Amino acid sequence: MLTFAVGKKLERSPLGFFLVRFRERQGLAPMFCHTAGGEAGGEREKMARNSNSKGGSNRLRRGSTGLFIAGLLGLFSSVANAAWELNLQEPATAVARRVYELHTLLLWVIVVIFVGVFAVVAYSLVYHRKSKGHKAAGFHDNTTVELAWTIVPALILVAIAFPATSALVDMRDTSEPDLTVKVTGYQWKWGYEYLTGDAAGVKYMSVLSTPREQIENKAPKGEHYLLEVDRPLVVPVGKKVRILTTANDVIHNWSVPAFAVKTDAVPGFLRDTWFRAEKEGTYRGQCSELCGKDHGFMPVVVEVVSEERYAAWVGEQKQQLAAVAEDPNKVWTLDEQHALGEKVYTTNCAACHQANGEGLPPAFPALDGSAVAKGPQAAHIEMVLKGKTGTAMAAFAEQLSDTDIAAVVAYERNAWSNKLGEVIQPAEVKALRGK
Amino acid sequence: MQATSHTGYAGHHDHDSHGHPTGWKRWVTTTNHKDIGSMYLWFSFVMFLVGGAMSLIIRAELFTPGLQYVSPEFYNQMLTLHALIMVFGAIMPAFVGFANWMIPMMIGASDMAFARMNNWSFWLLPPAAILLTASIFVPGGAAGTGWTLYPPLSIQMGMGMDMAIFAVHILGMSSIMGSINIVTTILNMRTPGMTLMKMPLFCWTWLVTAFLLIASMPILAGAVTMLLTDRHFGTSFFSAAGGGDPVLFQHIFWFFGHPEVYIIALPAFGVVSHVIPAFSRKPLFGYVSMVYAIAAIGLISFFVWAHHMYVTGIPLTGQLYFMYATMLIAVPTGVKVFNWVTTMWRGSLTFETPMLFALGFLVLFTIGGLTGLVLAMTAVDIQLQDTYYVVAHFHYVMVAGALFSAYAGLYFWLPKWTGHMYNETLGKWHFWLSMIFFNIAFFPQHFLGLAGMPRRIPDYAQQFADFNVISGIGAFGFGFSQLLVLVVVFQAVKGGARAASRPWDGAHGLEWTVPSPAPYHTFEDPPHFDQAEAHG
Repeated sequence: MLTFAVGKKLERSPLGFFLVRFRERQGLAPMFCHTAGGEAGGEREKMARNSNSKGGSNRLRRGSTGLFIAGLLGLFSSVANAAWELNLQEPATAVARRVYELHTLLLWVIVVIFVGVFAVVAYSLVYHRKSKGHKAAGFHDNTTVELAWTIVPALILVAIAFPATSALVDMRDTSEPDLTVKVTGYQWKWGYEYLTGDAAGVKYMSVLSTPREQIENKAPKGEHYLLEVDRPLVVPVGKKVRILTTANDVIHNWSVPAFAVKTDAVPGFLRDTWFRAEKEGTYRGQCSELCGKDHGFMPVVVEVVSEERYAAWVGEQKQQLAAVAEDPNKVWTLDEQHALGEKVYTTNCAACHQANGEGLPPAFPALDGSAVAKGPQAAHIEMVLKGKTGTAMAAFAEQLSDTDIAAVVAYERNAWSNKLGEVIQPAEVKALRGK
Repeated sequence: MQATSHTGYAGHHDHDSHGHPTGWKRWVTTTNHKDIGSMYLWFSFVMFLVGGAMSLIIRAELFTPGLQYVSPEFYNQMLTLHALIMVFGAIMPAFVGFANWMIPMMIGASDMAFARMNNWSFWLLPPAAILLTASIFVPGGAAGTGWTLYPPLSIQMGMGMDMAIFAVHILGMSSIMGSINIVTTILNMRTPGMTLMKMPLFCWTWLVTAFLLIASMPILAGAVTMLLTDRHFGTSFFSAAGGGDPVLFQHIFWFFGHPEVYIIALPAFGVVSHVIPAFSRKPLFGYVSMVYAIAAIGLISFFVWAHHMYVTGIPLTGQLYFMYATMLIAVPTGVKVFNWVTTMWRGSLTFETPMLFALGFLVLFTIGGLTGLVLAMTAVDIQLQDTYYVVAHFHYVMVAGALFSAYAGLYFWLPKWTGHMYNETLGKWHFWLSMIFFNIAFFPQHFLGLAGMPRRIPDYAQQFADFNVISGIGAFGFGFSQLLVLVVVFQAVKGGARAASRPWDGAHGLEWTVPSPAPYHTFEDPPHFDQAEAHG
């Protein structure tokens, strides 16, 4: 299933007023019948009712308009792997459900207003034509009517304001969380840090895992194209999770539609939001504030798991933390460091400086043969630690350990044509940190 | 468009005898409101094509998932320039062009109050346009921040950002000068007997718009100047590290940005308030309430800015206040729609191209307004903010609202400007193609937004693929349909059936009492203002 939420679909009523009406699609199956064009609308409708199984094609309705659109789409069978979502994603929290219901209410209000107003217009267009010999009346004022259509809409708005206010008050109540996670936006990845609860202290980065070849159309796109990460945020089901957002460089936005959560991550400030997921599953969202080149490539993935699985996951993380706790006195060899450095580089640097070290000048300079990468070691390390203000070059001091920074700097100095053959020990990085 | 001078009008002496320069010097040195109006309109059309081409690059890239034609950086530059050019280069100058042409003729004035400043406020535009478009070619490219220019992202940009900042400064100066001119003209140069409450509604909308511009453009200029000093002179207005706040910029920007929405919408309302009565052959319904609604919208527009910022972490009380204030705007806007609908009621309707565009405006602008009501609800907006729902919403307001209204005005007044009737068949083709393709392009974007597709992304997950294809087809169809208007205008400038001084039998106003094409100089003596030509 291609909606962001995993779980049973709500049976949602189709929105009959739209130009074309499609019903929910299930499964990953091909998009629509390619017999489009010659088929009668009635048959499609029958199919729509019968097919509720995996692989059911989407169902067009509404006679000729539907066929016209279907015909157009028939031309583009290459995009067969998609869904005709017409509404908000299936809510996975009580707040999201309230938002969903509020939106449905508003939708009906505006549809009724629209139909009411344009029924009057349609009547005029049909009956008050000059070609039908209709003579224009001369009236141009009517205080009663004008007062009525000022007051009545105002009353409708007041009525809407009540549910809108209470939904919002709910949404903003971040008090008494079971678990608090700090989310930091980076160009272009998310950092998660568990502040309270069993997992307190667990901290990692979450990076897009869609292979570059898929983005460049050199490989078929996977099911969760652009909505998959190496390490999702893991939270227990049914617990109130408070999310604190901040950012390292520019404003990002942490958003999960199924939770009705969307909060800016502002550098230098903390914002908060919360959710209590009702069902286990994987929930997907994306950065929702333009944050530069790879804004479209930093998804949010939240894995909601049972309490037991959560406890097991926390145990694993703690173990790993202990295992990886680096021995600061370990002496690295060239090969060891190169392997680690390449990994760190791919995750943190390659988006801008590119895997081949050639960068995307002038905004993202080349490292291959660059003055910094071939210059003094200390200056190079400091650049990575502190970044360069006014550019997209971030300060990695808080993001990466001494070991990682030593490895990545050494990698940059040894890779491509740089070949300086240097090994950098973590202690050297540590010495430069304080400065 | 006004190419020939008309002589012998109403027994006056020959106006060509003033000896104004000809050739290119005429256009560079002109202080004539009609010449300047024409230049504004041509300028805006050129910018419309440039901005439109950029939108087609965007839609081409989004036609299928994956990166096809442009890099993500260039994509961001395109979406930024598309918006800046359409807002500041196309829509705003178009309505200033209408104002220049029509306001003096509507109020019986001989020209704008400050004729030389009028020349300058136009000639500031081309340098600004060149700065904006040329920024694509400098190292680092154009600003890739979105038209909102939010820091800290805008601090990271290259010199293209500085060029955009200076362009905004220059455009702001031009707008402020134009506005002072319009306010002075309207308040001081109306023909005797035309009280404010007898003034044509287009002038009313521009009077309020001009005040909005004078009040809001300096605020934008201040915001981008602070950006500039943050970028180059070590200040930190918008950097937390130096004691500033990135969100401060958003408050300042939207304190300008929301009135800006009405700066674009109000003149559009004005045009439609002339076209609908003319083709209904019936006076505008509720003139007085229209005026109050315009004033109310103008005023409230300054108190709702943070509804663009519901997800930035403003406090709950702030969210509630801005939600209620935003809902309030629906009331005067509703009054206007109801008035237009009632104007048509029991009229004697015909459907020439201006009326078709006005009706298209009415239907689509109402859709945009109603989705605006949905977005006003903070809780729902948080779901929809920065998704394609918002993109759909503001294109319904900006394209179907402002642009359709500008076309209604263009077809309505073209006979007066050129002295020829335009080709009605082509005009109708233009309308229907625009109407159909516009909806194919933008209606599906509501669904994309509801399903959660963020805006400003060059590539997207696969469940969004189909609606993007439809949207792409619509965008290309809409884009190429706009070339028709060029044909129509060229034909009408070159020849065609001669237009009477009042080519539309239902049209009222002083502008229809002068011959078509309007002579180079009109109303050198204040005309007699007849109640029959009054709007109310």
